[in-house]
Amino acid sequence: MTTSLAPHLPAARRSPGSYALVDAVTMLRRTLLHVVRYPGLSVFTIGAPVVVLLLSVFVFGGTLGAGLPGGSAGGRGAYLAYVVPGILALTIAGTAGGTAITVAMDMTEGVTARFRTMAISRGAVLAGHVLGGTVQALLAVVLVLGVGVLVGYRPEAGPGHWVALVGVVLLVALAVSWVGVGMGMQARSVETASNLPLLLTFLPLLGSGFVPTASLPAGMRWFAEHQPFTPVTETVRGLLLGSPAAPDLLLALAWCVVLTALGLVWSLRLYERRSLR
Amino acid sequence: MSAPAIEVRGLRKSYRGRSGDTVVLDGVDLTVPAGHVAALLGPNGAGKTTTVHILSTLLRPDGGTAVVDGHDVVRDPDGVRAAIGLTGQFSAVDGLLTGEENLVLMGRLRHLGTARARARAAELLEQLDLVGSTRTPLATWSGGMRRRLDLAMTLVTRPRVLFLDEPTTGLDPRSRRTIWDLVRGLVAGGTTVLLTTQYLAEADELADQVVVLDGGRVVADGTPEELKRLVPGGHLRLRFADGAVLAAAAAQLRGSTPDTDALTLTVPSAGGVRPLRAVLDRLDAAGLEVDDLSTHSPDLDDVFLALTGRPQPQEDRS
Repeated sequence: MTTSLAPHLPAARRSPGSYALVDAVTMLRRTLLHVVRYPGLSVFTIGAPVVVLLLSVFVFGGTLGAGLPGGSAGGRGAYLAYVVPGILALTIAGTAGGTAITVAMDMTEGVTARFRTMAISRGAVLAGHVLGGTVQALLAVVLVLGVGVLVGYRPEAGPGHWVALVGVVLLVALAVSWVGVGMGMQARSVETASNLPLLLTFLPLLGSGFVPTASLPAGMRWFAEHQPFTPVTETVRGLLLGSPAAPDLLLALAWCVVLTALGLVWSLRLYERRSLR
Repeated sequence: MSAPAIEVRGLRKSYRGRSGDTVVLDGVDLTVPAGHVAALLGPNGAGKTTTVHILSTLLRPDGGTAVVDGHDVVRDPDGVRAAIGLTGQFSAVDGLLTGEENLVLMGRLRHLGTARARARAAELLEQLDLVGSTRTPLATWSGGMRRRLDLAMTLVTRPRVLFLDEPTTGLDPRSRRTIWDLVRGLVAGGTTVLLTTQYLAEADELADQVVVLDGGRVVADGTPEELKRLVPGGHLRLRFADGAVLAAAAAQLRGSTPDTDALTLTVPSAGGVRPLRAVLDRLDAAGLEVDDLSTHSPDLDDVFLALTGRPQPQEDRS
């Protein structure tokens, strides 16, 4: 019999709050380690937008480009310039899927329950998922944009615009990740968790991402003009063109705040209730 | 420390369902002194897991109080969490990491620092017989290995109070013994253990105190010996060559019950050698030949069956 000479638990009086940041970093490392170990999911979150990009440009692009406002001269090249911001919005929205799946796995496998019996702040546990999702989204955006450049896309953004673009992408990714965490907790199974975020993935398609909203029928047009991904897409488009529009930017930021708050409240409420099975 | 490690008074919990509320805990009282091993026994649905979940702060009770290591589970859950470890019925391991990474993760979350977390991980992998598989993905691990890893994760730092919810269900005898040894080692170091189990032999083996739950209430609480004294059941079973001898023997031994089909006679006995010898002497004196003899002393199975008033499923007996 080997007697365990384990250290006793650290002083019980230390509140978990004082370790929140350290724990959040530990949790983020765990999420990133998942990505390194099982790159399949991340490959999909990057691969799917790339496929949509190539499909939109090389299959539909000739026809769709001719229909863009401002004349039919542009064709495929003009459509590439139009669609890249939409694809980037789609890329960010798509990362919610991976986040929701990993959260749902933690919930169904009892890992979240284990964390709850330890003196770790729930904020740190959730932050690990959210920050992990955000980092992945940023990487995905960089890679998808790189593919866009490879097939001929030429952004006109200045250095200031690039900085602003990174900021916007991070904020949108943060909001999407919080919603993804909420969806992962809401889902009763990993399968549901992989389906729920599709709702989010569809939003850029039903906005100004792929066609101008002016070309849509009235009801859908109203929806397109009032949903979060339209100002996001327009902000990204403006920044990449070097001519950002302030109203879109403000609206996009407001949506980020709203989605982040919703996802956060939703996740925190479910964290206690749903982690037992 | 003289204060009990676990003190539960009037604990109540019910779940709301479509067909009304289901009462799971109906006023449970429980005191476990520090350094003791207490086993919660009871049929499925008796409230064992719910009790453990409340004590480990995963569930809030509807009523009553529960204090673990001096901290109230409702008012000071973080105090409780800093003192406890829980290994549940399902192995709560991160299936996307290796065994070693799981343990290092736990070490970091217990703020051991990376070097100590790694050293402790190596030590636990060794103790729990998982060394060969340290770096293989968990997907290839057997259920027993995952259970042992789960326990190792709970033991990265030594908890003052350890909750084990059916820790050895589905494990082979060797793994079961590894876990028993580990529990004994922890108790020797001062840890208090509350375990639930379906294996009555496990309670007999490990526990200083056995608490039988049925229908959300404590129906018995005492040492395994005290509980066994509660139920009759000690007897001798004698088998004879034919019915005539059986009848003659039955006439000799007062209080015995003959079974003419099996040609056996059941004689109540308190156990021990002396009553046994008395019975055999008596039969010798009467010139009656005994073909076969077995003794049966009351065990926790008898206690369980007598107290919970329900036959226990065959596969749960061990």
